[in-house]
Amino acid sequence: MSISANPVLDVRDLDISYSHGDERSTVVHGVSFTVEPGEVVALVGESGSGKTSTAQAVIGLLAGNGRIERGSIHLNGEEISRWSARRLRSIRGAVVSLVPQDPGSSLNPVLTIGAQVREILEIHGRLDRREADRKVIELLTNVGLSEPELRARQYPHELSGGMKQRVLIAIAIALRPALIIADEPTSALDVTVQRRILDLIDDLRREYGTSVLLVTHDLGVAADRSDKIIVLQGGRIQEQGKTADVLASPQSAYTRKLLSDAPSLAAAKPRPPLKPGRPTALTVSNLVQDFTLPTGRNFRAVDGISFSVARGTTHAVVGESGSGKTTTIRSIAGFQKPTSGEIRIGDLDVASLRAEALRQFRRKVQLVYQNPWASLDPRQTVQAIVEEPMLNFDSLPRTEREARVRAIIERVGLPATVLSRLPHALSGGQRQRVAIARALVLEPEVVVLDEAVSALDVTVQAQILELLAELQRDLGLTYVFVSHDLAVVRQIADTVSVLHNGRQVDYGTVDEVFSSTSTAYTRELIEAIPGRKFPHAETSRQFIKAGPLS
Amino acid sequence: MTRYVIGRIGQALLVLWAAFTLSFILLQAMPGDAVLIKFLNPEFGLSADQVADIRAAYAVDSNIVVQYGNTLVNFLRGDFGYSLQAGVPVSAQLATNLPPTLRLAGLGFLAATLLAVFIAFLSSMAPFAWLRNAIQSLPSLFISVPVFWLAIMLIQIFSFRFRLVSVINPGPWESLVLPVATLAVPIAAPLAQILIRNIDEIRTRPFVAVARAKGASETRLLWRHVARNAILPTLTIAGVLFGELIAGAVVTETVFGLNGIGGLTEKAVGNQDLSVLQAVVVISAAAFVTINLAVDLAYPLLDPRLRNRSGAAA
Repeated sequence: MSISANPVLDVRDLDISYSHGDERSTVVHGVSFTVEPGEVVALVGESGSGKTSTAQAVIGLLAGNGRIERGSIHLNGEEISRWSARRLRSIRGAVVSLVPQDPGSSLNPVLTIGAQVREILEIHGRLDRREADRKVIELLTNVGLSEPELRARQYPHELSGGMKQRVLIAIAIALRPALIIADEPTSALDVTVQRRILDLIDDLRREYGTSVLLVTHDLGVAADRSDKIIVLQGGRIQEQGKTADVLASPQSAYTRKLLSDAPSLAAAKPRPPLKPGRPTALTVSNLVQDFTLPTGRNFRAVDGISFSVARGTTHAVVGESGSGKTTTIRSIAGFQKPTSGEIRIGDLDVASLRAEALRQFRRKVQLVYQNPWASLDPRQTVQAIVEEPMLNFDSLPRTEREARVRAIIERVGLPATVLSRLPHALSGGQRQRVAIARALVLEPEVVVLDEAVSALDVTVQAQILELLAELQRDLGLTYVFVSHDLAVVRQIADTVSVLHNGRQVDYGTVDEVFSSTSTAYTRELIEAIPGRKFPHAETSRQFIKAGPLS
Repeated sequence: MTRYVIGRIGQALLVLWAAFTLSFILLQAMPGDAVLIKFLNPEFGLSADQVADIRAAYAVDSNIVVQYGNTLVNFLRGDFGYSLQAGVPVSAQLATNLPPTLRLAGLGFLAATLLAVFIAFLSSMAPFAWLRNAIQSLPSLFISVPVFWLAIMLIQIFSFRFRLVSVINPGPWESLVLPVATLAVPIAAPLAQILIRNIDEIRTRPFVAVARAKGASETRLLWRHVARNAILPTLTIAGVLFGELIAGAVVTETVFGLNGIGGLTEKAVGNQDLSVLQAVVVISAAAFVTINLAVDLAYPLLDPRLRNRSGAAA
């Protein structure tokens, strides 16, 4: 690689189209930008903005039906957009490499870690087997994996998500490429892991002098990690410039909207403090939940969790994967009997319910799941989906049911025309509204929202959060809001429990926990929220007492 | 690991026992019996009393539970009893008839696998969409061809028209060419279909994109990353299809006039030769169970994820 003043990557007037049957639709329109040596450029946008297509075009990995229609891509001064597949192979991995989105599915399950790191050396290098093996260990050490010799012999399923992402980073840096494309490298990871992985990419970039094209939907991540931001919407560049400038004085209306919708960047709008004297809707006391592992050993997923939620308020259950948050809500919904402890909804002891009583109880607690794509039956119309819970409980006349469905659909802000549609004809935000309508149609006492906004784009997320707050105000609903995202929690919750490895490490009002927690883990979680560099963030964070992490 | 192996072997034995018992009950439930069919034949000129004596000698009228117990014990000792019709031990009949069928089934299965892999890889490497579609429609064509018709067509074309394979006094291997081809085609079809679908599915996995981003060539992607993952689910189907193979062998042997288990079964059914039928059922079940056991035991070798889980359970 020759050192030059020229940009590493120079994309000009790029148009990308996809074919669907006989039609072609253009998804990227006239995109131009440059990446200078050693620079981190963030490509920011929501789903369908064309950010991933742009990145894929740069590494020559557009899907089979995708095509570069127009424009040029200069990599290290060479125009590669018209190169043959064979020629592109020679630079993939060597000059430009990829850190993929989902580490869980990005490693071949039947090959060892060592073999997969060595592969990139085999493809491009002339190292003999022994040198290659040594290089593999060196790379695994460089990305901060403990016991690299052991890791090299292990298979992907034996590593955690964060470790797998480190392996993928090791592969990406193996040949010291000029440019690394990091496609949502941390969106599938827990926040604390996310932070460590982004730190690692930063360190390696500095050490190796590599440029990074960071594709992300998270403005907070972009704000913290990039030198330059490019905001894409509908395949067009809305705005680009130095990160600090874009954040401080966004020129386009769309950027301003993104900034105001991003929970991690939004100035905290503290919810009004709770008035005392509200009746309690839900009490969890000393909940313990054990599972028997296939090996016969006992595993304690939840270990002594207690909280109570006043009617009409929101309690957030926060934790990373494996913290026990899903187990907790499954117990609340009556899907499993607690090993010990008590759950009371109103004056009902959930664990004491049997058969018909348990079935009747279900109308009091309704769930909204994370993935609106998976939680709606693809073959039922919206009308049928929302109507179904009523069929299970009441024998209402048909006209009455239809009236209720129509009322609740209107209540969640959908037009009546969606009633006859199937879920696939709806957008993600609309589907989540349908899921909320389905939960509310039985007029439950408690609504459990399981990561209900995590799969949505920020602007849609903001709308759904707004809707939830409005419904709570108008209908007096009680929410249990499960999330890994502390920034969202800060916006919507009144009280919060922080779970870590099945234990409740923090419990209190959002204000107390965010401003004066004494728990190292909670502080680490708060510190890991991206967006620290953003100007507003300072004001929203000023009440976090700074202190060294233990 | 040992627990996994022992569990699987236990399951296999259970299936064998169930096959034995069910076939025993079904065969006993049939009206009439082999003794009557053979000895009431006027050619023997036996009186009713003599037939009754023979019946007593063969203990055909004794308590069914006692018969079941005796037969089970004998089977466990490897004694399949006498064929009433042929008057020789069943094991002797099996010794002559089993090897040709094993040869036919084994080669047929091998040919089917090769054909399926060939079709699947050809379709995944085909450079044009129309060619890919044409290749991918082959399995549906194969599966809809009746075996007996295919057999007759193959004889017509290769033996009578082109005189490539002799049907009169063929050599031991030459006589197998057309039967193996006949047997392989319908087995290859579902295998190829599943393999094609798996390859297409695995190709869309993110780890294939990562390998491509490393600069891997298409051949490398196919062999190193796609093939091994695509073959895993196919293995189970291959085991199940083995049952198909046994059924196919009966028809094929009849059309090509081969002296195998198929012919033996056909005659035994006509004569209600229970000991032969019982032996054939148990042997087929044993073959089926063995193949599926082998598949189950091969899984952990091919898929490290299973290796670990079973290891942890041990």
